Amino acid sequence: MAITKDTQLELHRMMMLIRLFEEALEEMFSRGLLHGTMHLSIGQEATAAGACLALQKNDLITSTHRGHGHCLAKGAEPYKMFAELLGREDGYCRGRGGSMHIADLSNGNLGANGIVAGSLTISVGAALSFQMQKKENIILCFFGDGAVNEGSFHEALNLASLWNLPVLFLCENNQYGMSMATDKAVAGDSIASRGTSYGIESIQIDGNDVETVYENVLNFKNEILSSGGPKFIEAVTYRYRGHSKSDRNLYRTSDEIEYWKEEKDPIKRYIGKLIESGISEDQLKDIDTDIRDLIRKSVKQALDSPLSPITNLEEDSYA
Amino acid sequence: MPEMTTGKALNKALSLILEKNSTAFIAGEDIGIYGGAFGVTDGLLAQFGDERIKDTPISEDVIAGLAVGASMTGGKPIVEMQFSDFIVNAMDPIVNQAAKLHFMYGGSVNVPIIVRGASGAGTGAAAQHSQSLESWFCHVPGLKVVTPSNPQNAYDLLLHSFVDPNPVIFMEHKLIYKIKDNVELNEIPKESSMLGKANIINEGKDITIVSYSNMVNVAKEAIAAKELQNYSIELIDLQTVSPIDYDTIKNSLKKTKRLLVCQEAPSNSSVGTTVISKIVESELFNELEIAPKLVSGLHSPMPSAKHLELNVIPQVEDITNVIKSML
Repeated sequence: MAITKDTQLELHRMMMLIRLFEEALEEMFSRGLLHGTMHLSIGQEATAAGACLALQKNDLITSTHRGHGHCLAKGAEPYKMFAELLGREDGYCRGRGGSMHIADLSNGNLGANGIVAGSLTISVGAALSFQMQKKENIILCFFGDGAVNEGSFHEALNLASLWNLPVLFLCENNQYGMSMATDKAVAGDSIASRGTSYGIESIQIDGNDVETVYENVLNFKNEILSSGGPKFIEAVTYRYRGHSKSDRNLYRTSDEIEYWKEEKDPIKRYIGKLIESGISEDQLKDIDTDIRDLIRKSVKQALDSPLSPITNLEEDSYA
Repeated sequence: MPEMTTGKALNKALSLILEKNSTAFIAGEDIGIYGGAFGVTDGLLAQFGDERIKDTPISEDVIAGLAVGASMTGGKPIVEMQFSDFIVNAMDPIVNQAAKLHFMYGGSVNVPIIVRGASGAGTGAAAQHSQSLESWFCHVPGLKVVTPSNPQNAYDLLLHSFVDPNPVIFMEHKLIYKIKDNVELNEIPKESSMLGKANIINEGKDITIVSYSNMVNVAKEAIAAKELQNYSIELIDLQTVSPIDYDTIKNSLKKTKRLLVCQEAPSNSSVGTTVISKIVESELFNELEIAPKLVSGLHSPMPSAKHLELNVIPQVEDITNVIKSML
C-alpha cells in the first residue's frame, strides 16, 4: 500500500503537534501554571498519530492516562486541551477532568482514563453498540504494557473474541509500567501472544515507525469491517520523560534513554525518510512554524479564558 | 390487577422495557436459557433473542464495563450480577468509571446503566452470597442506589431506573422475589420521579420507623404485634437509599418525634447511621423526645447455619422490642 504524500505530511504534522504540545505543557508546568501532575508521551508520538490518522471521524477511541497524543490525533483542538489542563471553562471537561481525563466525543474520543486497563471493558461495550446498531465503524482501544496484567484486560479480550466485536486493541508497549520493566512484569512470550491465546489475530510492530503503525491499523480496520472480530497490535515504543512529574528515572539508564532518542526517535526517523522521498526541508520548516504558531496562540487563548466557575459540584455529579 | 411475585414483576418490567426500547439489552451470567439464578429473566431469551439477551462468561468486570461503554454510545444496558456479592469483581467499572464519567468529562456524556443484583441473607447461602452492600455505593457520588421491597415497587422502580440518565445500582433482596401481591402494570414513565422518593407504608404519630429493602417487610410484621396495637406507628420505605428522601423522614418526625431505623446491613458506615446523623444534625434534633435508634445486622460475616444466620439478621421480635422500649 502506497501512502500518499499528503498523508505522509499529515502524519509528520501530527507527530510534531503532539511533541510541541507536550513540550509546551512541560514549560507551563515548570513555570508553575499547571496544577497536578501529567503523563507525557514524548517519544511515543508515532503510535498515536499513525493509529488515529488511519481512522475515520466516526470511529471511536478510548485512551489512557498518557493520552494527550491520542486526543490530538483524533482531532481535538489544542486550545481546548490547554484550557482543560488550566482549569478553564472552555476546557473539554470544564476543568473537572484535567490531563488524565479528557474526552472529546465530537471527534470520537470516548476519553482518557486514570485507571490502568480501565478503558478495555468500556471499548468492548462501545464495540457491542456498533455491532448491535450495525454500524460500519470500529473502536480502537489504546492501553499500555502495564494494562496487560490486569484482570479486566483478559475479560475484555475473551469477550471481544467470543462475540466477534469490532475492536482493535492497541497496546503501546513503552517498556515500563511506571518503574516496572515489561520483561519483569509480563510472563510468556510477548504481549502480542496474549491476544493470540484468545483467538485474536495479533502482531507486534515497531511503534516508532509511524507508517508501520498507520498501515497496520488501516489493514486491521479493513479486516474487522469486512470479516468482523477483534484484532490486536503490540506497538513497541519508548517514553523519554518519567512516568509522571515525580519520576527520578532510577529504574533505567541515561544511556538507554539516549539510545532511543538518538537512534529510534519517531520524528527524527520520519524526517529522514520524508527528505529521502523528495519532500523539501522548506516544506518541513513551514509545518514546524505553523505548529509553533498554533501552540503559541492556543496557550495564550487558554490563559486568557476564564477559570471554571465554582458551581454546585454535588449536582454536577448527576445527569 | 394481576397477582404475581416480585420476581415475575421484575420480569414484566424488563419485558416491557425491551419491547418498547430497541436499544435496551440485558447481559449477565446465566440470564438466557437458564432464566437467571432467581428466574428474573425467565423467557426473555425466547421472546427477544440472543442479540438482546446476552449470556456472558463469568466475568463481572467486563459485564459492568461493557455496560458503561455501550451506554456511552447509544445503548441502554441492564446488566445482572447473579449475586450482588459478585459486584466486588466489578468495582472499577462501577465506581471509577460509571459513577465518574459524567462529572469528569464535564457533563458531555451520560452513563445510563442499571446494574441489578440479588442481595441479602436468609437463604443459608453463607458469607459470600448474602451481603447487603448497598451502602458501599451510597458513598460514591454519581451513583443512585435503589432497594425495592415488594412486587409493585420493584416493578415501578425498575422502570424509573431505566429512564434515569444516571448509573443505578438496583439491589433485589432475595427474600422479596417470592413475595406475591397484586401489581399494576404501569407504563414506562417519562421521568424517574420515584428515585429519591420514599413511600409511607403505614401512617402513624407515635414513632417513625425508617427502613428499606426486605427489612421493610420485617418491620411491617413487627408493628403488627399485639402489644403495639395501642400505638400509632409510621413506617417509611425509603425505596432508594441514594438519594435519600429526607423531606419525608423529617415531615414524619415533626409528628412522631421518635426515630427508629431498621436495616439488615451491619451498622458501620451504613444507610441507617447516615439517616440518623442527618436528623441529629438537623433542626429537628431539639424536637426529638428520645435518642434515635438503629436496629441492624451484626458486624459479622453471614453464617450458613440457620440458627446462626437468624442471629445475625434483625428479626421481627427484635424490632418489636426496640419499638416498645422507645414508646
